[in-house]
Amino acid sequence: MPYTHSGLFIPCYINALYPEVGVATWHLLKDLGVKPVCPAGQTCCGQPMANAGFERGAIPLLEEFKKRFDSFEYVITPSASCAVFLREHLGRTGHRVYELCEFLLDVLKITGVPGRFCHKVSIHNSCHGVRKLHLSSASELVEPPYSKLRKILSLVEGIEICEPANTDECCGFGGMFSIEEPSVSVCMGQDKLKNHLDTGAQYITGADSSCLMHLQGIAQREEAPIRFIHIAQILAAGL
Amino acid sequence: MSTQHAKAAERFIRNKAQEEWHNETLRLVREKRDRQALLLPCWEQLRQLASQIKMHTITHLDKYIEQFANQAEANGAIVHWAKDAREHNDIIYAILGEHQVKKLVKSKSMLTEECHLNPYLISRGIEVVESDLGERILQLMDKPPSHIVMPAIHIKRQEVGKLFEEKLHTEKGNSDPGYLTHAARLHLRNEFLTAGAALTGANFGVAATGDVVVCTNEGNADMGTSFAKLHIVSMGIEKVTPHYQALSVFVRLLARSATGQPATTYTSHYRKPRKGCQMHIVLVDNGRSDILGDADHIQTLKCIRCAACMNTCPVYRRSGGYAYTYFIPGPIGINLGMLKSPGEYYDNVSACSLCYSCNNVCPAKIDLADQIYKWRQQLYSLGKADRTKKLLSGGLRYIFTRPALYGAALRLAPIINKTPRFLIYNNLNAWGKGRELPAFAKESFTRMQEKGKIT
Repeated sequence: MPYTHSGLFIPCYINALYPEVGVATWHLLKDLGVKPVCPAGQTCCGQPMANAGFERGAIPLLEEFKKRFDSFEYVITPSASCAVFLREHLGRTGHRVYELCEFLLDVLKITGVPGRFCHKVSIHNSCHGVRKLHLSSASELVEPPYSKLRKILSLVEGIEICEPANTDECCGFGGMFSIEEPSVSVCMGQDKLKNHLDTGAQYITGADSSCLMHLQGIAQREEAPIRFIHIAQILAAGL
Repeated sequence: MSTQHAKAAERFIRNKAQEEWHNETLRLVREKRDRQALLLPCWEQLRQLASQIKMHTITHLDKYIEQFANQAEANGAIVHWAKDAREHNDIIYAILGEHQVKKLVKSKSMLTEECHLNPYLISRGIEVVESDLGERILQLMDKPPSHIVMPAIHIKRQEVGKLFEEKLHTEKGNSDPGYLTHAARLHLRNEFLTAGAALTGANFGVAATGDVVVCTNEGNADMGTSFAKLHIVSMGIEKVTPHYQALSVFVRLLARSATGQPATTYTSHYRKPRKGCQMHIVLVDNGRSDILGDADHIQTLKCIRCAACMNTCPVYRRSGGYAYTYFIPGPIGINLGMLKSPGEYYDNVSACSLCYSCNNVCPAKIDLADQIYKWRQQLYSLGKADRTKKLLSGGLRYIFTRPALYGAALRLAPIINKTPRFLIYNNLNAWGKGRELPAFAKESFTRMQEKGKIT
């Protein structure tokens, strides 16, 4: 099977801030029969620079990425927005990049996950996940409702799943938007956090650690009683 | 380092009650739009069709605009061509002069706003009366619109009550919407009766018939054109649509996208002047034909000015229309401002988190967010790139293109966690305004892998 030998891309901020997300992804893939390979020397896909207006600065990073991952049939990454960026900017190699959940559902077509997680979680739908990767239906479009994150989480034993009001409205992270427009960014995040808190969930989970980082920063400042966990950690819980 | 938009947004948000109210009010309009869209199973096909018709029309504009003008003239209208705002204003002033008009009553027109027609005419002694209620309120306040469909959405009824007390001598302390609307109606009726000319915008111009179509909810356009003997239409050249079949697609989309109504209360079709009256149509380019040659931004010409992109934009809702330096705010305004003059309006390009919701609501499927992304790429060559962002992007790239240095940075980063708070949370740290910084992991993924901990 081609996917038994798949490349694993660990985004820069996951590497430095949330390595546990990378570790969970690694163990989860192994448990599901994929033998992930994490090439040495990988850094960043270049998205932060490009969204800030320095796409040219991202080109050497994209080339490095290509060098390291070109030989793999599938490249998996636990970050929807990095997957989108690579897919849109890396041509042939880019089309082999999958966000973790879509890889599990669309390629592996899994019907079960090893994790057991007896908590109430609120799903955080990221903009690029929804409107670029189509991980869920978008509230603006007239289309049948679906959610890949909900579908995959529902395979976890013991879990209770909910979603906030205005479930696919932006949380205000937006990469460098968060520092160029800090007031609007924080305001959007506060509103998003409140909607998550109103669900009564114990955890906020999603496929993008970047949105979670922004919301967690606000939650910590406001001492809000909620925890943050990447979806890979829930799927791999107990491994 | 912050843009004008970021600074103005900060001021807007400081009044938390106002920001919440503005955000929620417009969010409700977006939800009304969603409900209407859901009632039409063919909604996405309609959007696709609208996009295709608009692209077809603007790429064959020479043919359609000429057909429209010929038809309109055959119907008895007088057609004028204005290459820019100045010509537009001069033409209208000349028409008014010919008819010795001293008072002009207007219905809503963003094009006349674009051309600064009101101050132009007022400075030449013409009395100009806006007859759309929102526009009239703002005119009495001497303020510009903050939204292109609901121009006074940022004004509360209590403020309107106070304004009317002073200007229309209404009861003190009465801000009942029904009462205030009635007072405005009485006041405007007199203006309609005494105006020498009526000006309307044009939502659509039908090439096959020469019709001008104007959509309003208050019927004020019809009041104006029914009384005055002179009707002037101010119309952008991109407003032309081939025929009635094409028009029907846009009429179904416009009000649903704009306000969540199945149709505007009035959809008025003007074909020819009334007996003994004149109808003038001023066709305005003012930069539109330049956009036709711009592959990255030609799609902005598909816009039908419904403002759905504003209502859905999480940034617009939380910063208000005045935070933008161009007179059209929100996603479409960011793009149109840059097309007008990048050096003047680059401050608005920061007002986007690239959430792409605008692309999804746009009834003409304009790639609004993609275009904003493209403008960001151009800021650097325009010399308008934000210095902090540039520094950060450059620094990150330097580290990311050197895996060994990246590895070293990953090992050293946790030291930052121990830095005293006052050194990190200060005015230089935009992240720290309302957010805690994430902590670096004791060991990065790379380090764990090097140590053989991940197997």
